[in-house]
Amino acid sequence: MTIDLKTIKHISKLSRISVDDDKAKKLAGDMNSIFDFIEKLKELDTNNVEPLTSVAETTLKLRIDEVKSGNIREQVLKNSPDENEDFFVVPRVVE
Amino acid sequence: MLDITSLTLTDLVKSIKDKKISSEETTKAFIDRGEKSRDLNAYITEDFSNALDKARAFDQKPNFDLKLPGIPMAVKDLFCTNGVKTTAGSKILNNFIPPYESTVTQNIWNEGAILLGKLNCDEFAMGSSNETSFFGSVQSPIDKDLVPGGSSGGSASALAANLTPITIGTDTGGSIRQPASFTGTVGLKPTYGSCSRYGIVAFASSLDQAGPMSKNVKDCALLQEIISTYDEKDSTSIDFKRNAYSKELTNNIKGKKIGIPKEYTVDGMPKEIEDLWTKGIEHAKDCGAEIVEISLPHTNYALPAYYIVAPAEASSNLARYDGVKYGFRSKGENLIDMYEKTRSEGFGEEVQRRIMIGTYVLSSGYYDAYYIKAQKVRKLIKNDFDEAYKKVDAILTPSTPSAAFKIGEKTNDPVSMYLNDIFTVPVNLAGLPAISIPAGVDAKGYPLGLQIIGKAFDEQNILNIAYAMEEKIEFKNKITDWWIK
Repeated sequence: MTIDLKTIKHISKLSRISVDDDKAKKLAGDMNSIFDFIEKLKELDTNNVEPLTSVAETTLKLRIDEVKSGNIREQVLKNSPDENEDFFVVPRVVE
Repeated sequence: MLDITSLTLTDLVKSIKDKKISSEETTKAFIDRGEKSRDLNAYITEDFSNALDKARAFDQKPNFDLKLPGIPMAVKDLFCTNGVKTTAGSKILNNFIPPYESTVTQNIWNEGAILLGKLNCDEFAMGSSNETSFFGSVQSPIDKDLVPGGSSGGSASALAANLTPITIGTDTGGSIRQPASFTGTVGLKPTYGSCSRYGIVAFASSLDQAGPMSKNVKDCALLQEIISTYDEKDSTSIDFKRNAYSKELTNNIKGKKIGIPKEYTVDGMPKEIEDLWTKGIEHAKDCGAEIVEISLPHTNYALPAYYIVAPAEASSNLARYDGVKYGFRSKGENLIDMYEKTRSEGFGEEVQRRIMIGTYVLSSGYYDAYYIKAQKVRKLIKNDFDEAYKKVDAILTPSTPSAAFKIGEKTNDPVSMYLNDIFTVPVNLAGLPAISIPAGVDAKGYPLGLQIIGKAFDEQNILNIAYAMEEKIEFKNKITDWWIK
């Protein structure tokens, strides 16, 4: 299997990471060598194997839905990269 | 004069409880050494002045009933610390100040310890050499231009260089055990669900575990006892009866059955590693353990499966870094453009590579062929261990297939870098506990470690085996302070 530049551009769109042509070429090379290595899994017959989704064999506990930490609005907003008073600011999304 | 920074945690706690030294003296000693050791690049953020204030406050109202009374320590910069910058080694979190504390670090402060600062690591814990950090690579105190291992490389370097008496790391595929092995220190990856993941910057949620790194097994047991608690804030935290690991620690391992998996002999493995393993087996026998040959037939498939599961989970976890709510933001013409530029400029090369791999294996048309396939292989690997544990109590292997390498030696070949974790990754896939202890050196004098893998929730047993073997091995780390001018 080979991952071509078109596929790289497609994955970069899905990943929301902009990739120029040079970077795409380098990524294609790296990913192809990594997938060559991953292809080894094809040797194994796994038809009758259940996929393992979690090693923690535990049932999720129920709890009451209540606020335990709150009133930290200012501290949370302080980490926002754009200046604002009460909201997170993003580039204009409505024309 | 007492050399404070070279003491083990256990001795340091005793000296403070006996009032031979104060918390302030202790904290000052580690700060002084930290300031002289900046060339190692172990710290991302120093919190020295706050640490001194906290130490003075402790001395004024000491509480010697605590397990870590006034003990200063630095932690991996993957743990969120309330009010102290937490970067995960990434540009994208360059200015992130968490408004909350991780459960694991909170447990440590509750026992009286004091934060010295945040330690360097591979970006989002993705790496085996601490070279992917946005804040530069870390030097190992073992030798100039040698990697300390990764991703908990800053933790391993700081610990081996006596900048902190003990520390914590995180381990997704070997990130505690491999750097411990490279720096002649002890590192424990606990059972999945043993230590809360709350407040730890997420990499691969079904594999990540926090754990202690220390100068000896006893210190490791003490810290594990403190950080392992059931936590309702982490839905995968498991409510099981935890031992008082340090109190119950014993070197009596007579009759314990230790398995030696034949699949852990890999092509091209240096003879030094094989010799180390053989010697380790002899030591285990001397301690009264019974050696049993076992087979873990799917070992060779663990790494390829890991490089599907871990990037898949990472691509999902790292979707949150969008430049909106916190962290780095790049200017964009519109919202999508802003996301794409922010992530392209904010993430480093290895992280972008793994997000792309993860996105690809989860994308339409490839999900079954890769992601589901890897989860099935993961099941086979877990079955291997379940079978083995019908016959044995623990498993002994080398920690890594080689000793530490030079900075820059493997950065252009991702697959050869990934092979570092060949002996550690199966443990994460199966969710088991494992400890790496220093066991010898290679021809250049670089440390080598042995790994003891346990049954789920059986930390006490592997700590005991490690404790018994440590006595036989008598490893002494040779640190020359070459970096101090």
